[in-house]
Amino acid sequence: MNLYSRRIWTNRMGIALSMLAMAFGLAALMWILWTLFYNGFSALSWEFFTQDTPAPGSEGGGLRNAIVGSLLIVGVTTLVSTPVGILAGIYLAEFGTTSKFAAATRFVTDIMLSAPSIVIGLFVYALAVATLGGFSGWAGSLALSLIAIPVVVRTTENMLRLVPTSLREAAFAVGAPRWRVSLNVTLRAVKAGVVTGILLAIARVTGETAPLLFTALNNQFYSADMSQPMGNLPVVIFQFAMSPYDNWVSLAWGGALLIALLVLGINIVARVLFRKKTQA
Amino acid sequence: MSETAPAEDDIHARQVRKFKVQDMLFHQITLVFAFIVLAALAGILISLAVEAMPVLKQFGASFLWTNVWNVPEDQYGALAAIYGTVVSSVIALLIAVPVSFGIALFLTETCPVWLRRPLGTAVELLAGVPSIIYGIWGLFVFAPLFSAHVQPALQALLGDVPVVGGWFEGPPIGIGILTAGIVLSLMVIPFIASVMRDVFETVPPPLKESAYGIGCTTWEVVTRIVLPYTRVGVIGGIMLGLGRALGETMAVTFVIGNANRIVGSLFAPGTSIASTLANEFGEADPGLHISALFALGLVLFIITFIVLALSQWMIRRGVAKQGT
Repeated sequence: MNLYSRRIWTNRMGIALSMLAMAFGLAALMWILWTLFYNGFSALSWEFFTQDTPAPGSEGGGLRNAIVGSLLIVGVTTLVSTPVGILAGIYLAEFGTTSKFAAATRFVTDIMLSAPSIVIGLFVYALAVATLGGFSGWAGSLALSLIAIPVVVRTTENMLRLVPTSLREAAFAVGAPRWRVSLNVTLRAVKAGVVTGILLAIARVTGETAPLLFTALNNQFYSADMSQPMGNLPVVIFQFAMSPYDNWVSLAWGGALLIALLVLGINIVARVLFRKKTQA
Repeated sequence: MSETAPAEDDIHARQVRKFKVQDMLFHQITLVFAFIVLAALAGILISLAVEAMPVLKQFGASFLWTNVWNVPEDQYGALAAIYGTVVSSVIALLIAVPVSFGIALFLTETCPVWLRRPLGTAVELLAGVPSIIYGIWGLFVFAPLFSAHVQPALQALLGDVPVVGGWFEGPPIGIGILTAGIVLSLMVIPFIASVMRDVFETVPPPLKESAYGIGCTTWEVVTRIVLPYTRVGVIGGIMLGLGRALGETMAVTFVIGNANRIVGSLFAPGTSIASTLANEFGEADPGLHISALFALGLVLFIITFIVLALSQWMIRRGVAKQGT
């Protein structure tokens, strides 16, 4: 085989392998989604949404308490992390373009984006659970906020940096103070991007399990009291999937499907929203 | 000068002063919130270190390389957990890096333009799937198939080879360190692939076009032009995947088997730092046991911090090239 045909064959092999890799990735996504739908849909029913998690060995049951708990915990997380994340993002983009402190914050934010979430659970346990009297929904929200805030900070900063300086200068020229320019001009200009960041943060924390294990714990009964241990979908899925009871395992699949649909749905909405705004 | 001028100046000056105070306040408020992020990291390190103190005092640095985890007798060492964490992450990278490279190559070079966006989105969606989904899928779907078909085949194929055969010894039960590594690889592929794609796109087109112009094949352009040009960013992406794999809890806890010991075989159940924490922390007694778990968390946090810091530094250098 001469050099020329060897090069051609190497190229073909390389391209074929790259296509195989792509197919492998897609197949994994399809396979996971298919098993989720296959096992999860049979668990979904009216009782799934209206009954609470069953006691060991009892029949039927649903995930009402876990669904409500998850909604409350994630809702509080969103309310906490949105203002904190946006204000920190404004600082990084508007005031801290050159300062060492801002550079350090940026670096830490990037690391926190991928930091092991279970360690954040440990931290909140040491900070809030062990000292302030026990597991609670508040502690769960605090742990999730620490995961959500970096996502909001980074997207807010990146979006604000895309705003042309001339827009800021125009606002300054008509005499607007800096805080008005930040809040009413630049932030408004990138509203869609910031909302995307918040949605991605919600999607990220909705499926987080590890930080809730030692903070919100779990609660077999319906409770809307954030100061008590609180049932939530991820932890229930974790416990039920590992259990020997068939109806528990089936509920775990249903919960997993619910979470996956939510997370993928939010992701897709965020993308569509962002694309529309940036194209317009 | 008329009589009214000073009064107008006064109003102006007051307005400007008011704005200045408001701006100061706004500046300080945003700064405080930025500080919260920084303080959270410091807080994590400090609180973990404080809680880990009793164990570190008792066992010293030998905690890191002692292979014992005996709760009733209060003897703790992190070696088995560190071993499981590192080995499962290395397996994950061995699979994920070539696959991610293939995906990035496909998306940047050979994929038809109209397919780029949907396929890229699909990869990013894979990154968004919560880890607990991977875990439950690994336990109920992947592990049974793996033990019924893949593990016996691997044993038949490699069981008699010296050294390598030892990695595939033991009953094919489906869960174990190898399974954890494979499930982890699926989790980190999207992260590595999207970083690789992003840095591949920073290569200036003229550079690639000149290579194509002198008759290079696509493979040659990618391996000899794109890869050397983006080396730093690519390594950064791999480190990001490693950081993710080391700290992953849910996907691993379901399939690693949770046995706190070191066995040479990759088929054997093991444990990782994160899965030990997930399994034992809820029922740990106050005292040395809980302190040992905090010490494990501290070890994990420091390892991932170093890996992620390196990865950020490299990705930033890799992407910064774009401008030059």
